[in-house]
Amino acid sequence: MEDMYREMILDHARNGRNWGLVDNPDFDHEEHNPLCGDRLHLTLKVEDGIIKAVGWDGDGCAISQASASMFGEQIIGMPLDDAMNLDKQVVLDNIGLDLTINRVKCATLSLKTLIVGTLGARKWEAIEDEE
Amino acid sequence: MTTQQNLPFDIEKIRADFPILHQEHHDGVPLVFLDNAASSQKPIQVIDAMNDYYRGYHANVHRGIHKLSEAATEAYEGSRKKVRDFINAPSHRQVIFTRGTTESINLVAYTWGRKHLQEGDVVLSTQMEHHSNIVPWQILADEKGIVVRYIPILEDGTLDITAYQQLLDDNPVKLVTVVHSSNVLGTVNPVKEMAKLAHEQGALILVDGAQSVPHMPVDVQDLDCDFLAFSSHKMAGPTGIGILYGNRDVLDSMPPYQGGGDMISRVTLEGSTWNDLPYKFEAGTPSIAEAIGLGYAVDYLSAIGMDKIHQYEQMITAYALERLEEVSGLTLYGPDASKKGAVASFTLENAHAHDVAQVLDSYGIAVRAGHHCAMPLHDILCINATARASFYIYNTFEEVDKLAIALEKVKDTFVI
Repeated sequence: MEDMYREMILDHARNGRNWGLVDNPDFDHEEHNPLCGDRLHLTLKVEDGIIKAVGWDGDGCAISQASASMFGEQIIGMPLDDAMNLDKQVVLDNIGLDLTINRVKCATLSLKTLIVGTLGARKWEAIEDEE
Repeated sequence: MTTQQNLPFDIEKIRADFPILHQEHHDGVPLVFLDNAASSQKPIQVIDAMNDYYRGYHANVHRGIHKLSEAATEAYEGSRKKVRDFINAPSHRQVIFTRGTTESINLVAYTWGRKHLQEGDVVLSTQMEHHSNIVPWQILADEKGIVVRYIPILEDGTLDITAYQQLLDDNPVKLVTVVHSSNVLGTVNPVKEMAKLAHEQGALILVDGAQSVPHMPVDVQDLDCDFLAFSSHKMAGPTGIGILYGNRDVLDSMPPYQGGGDMISRVTLEGSTWNDLPYKFEAGTPSIAEAIGLGYAVDYLSAIGMDKIHQYEQMITAYALERLEEVSGLTLYGPDASKKGAVASFTLENAHAHDVAQVLDSYGIAVRAGHHCAMPLHDILCINATARASFYIYNTFEEVDKLAIALEKVKDTFVI
């Protein structure tokens, strides 16, 4: 249990960084994980192709919410194109646990929300299906 | 007796895997199971896989966080990927678990048909279909005023492709729905060519693979079919599970089939949104053990090799037709062995098919008798019933000999 809910994950889950939606967002999308009901609403301010601000709200398990918090911190200052093309392993590494098939969907909900909202659901499916 | 040299695989080794084959059908009479087109037997690997699941890791799939649910989900989804590879589908998302071929076809009629077909649209089927590929379209005809037309068969039991082209030219055909291999005649239809002709007219094509997928390599991308339906229980897997493969864009255009758990993305009291493929079409707790069993059946057949299975079945069918032709008063239906699947349907002078089957059973030989859920085909052939011997990977040439010898005894019973 200590391994599963390491202090860092719990800290991010309890005190989500960049919590709350940004005003007049340039990107605004919400996704769900139907398997366990996690929800993430992600908004971004983008200037000259660079992500200047991140704001999100959501509810769900500690893994999904911590993932959103860490992912948000990670992409501030990043070109949107780069963020959209992040490997899913990046968000899995943020969590750093050996996740089972159902929990991977919790950990990747943050990246899924960005990718579905920019590149579309088919693109996310292709990434999710990489074996 | 024929030579059994150069068989593509070791039949005795295969037989050893099927516990049911090693029993006496009656006292002192061993079982000769020749009813494989109705349902095949199951190897110990499939039976054990299902038992292992129930004994060791049964739990519901897709939801639980606990170890059992994770293991069940891995096995269930693993089977889907095995099926994907088996039929060369582009993605496992295009592989939908159903109860079987019948439900797969009904799913297409219920969702695609109700969404995309209008009054006057034509669904083109054939005269050699199983009822499961006729009745769903007739129900839709009653409900929506679509028209169902049928491609005729030629004297030799093959489809009249010239008439097919003419029907496509003359009618607003939206869907061609055709059996890949007939369960009565055995005819293997040229579905790749038929798909090309259908697509040239802007129609989709559904292939009923119930009698082809268990017996020969079937590649959905090579055939370029929009739907493929087949059943697990005819391919060494359990009953109660089957597959609908669909073209991705077509599946996306279809509304859900049944509503319930697993098929939703989000539900409110005002409305709901649908889950991703394939789950959009899989409401409710699925047949988990059966899906796992099907995965092991796919492994089993793949390990032998579908090319080799097809090769062997062509050999045993050719031999069976040869032996049956020697029985006087026996009439065979369907094309030559080179054009058909592992099926030999026949009638015997002076004996009804049911009586033939009953007497054969007393010699330990299980065959099917009746109209085989293809009453329209029997009407066209002007017969009310046929007896059918159908073969699979574990049947031997000696069993064919036993059938031929027993048929001579049947003739003695019904001699006038």
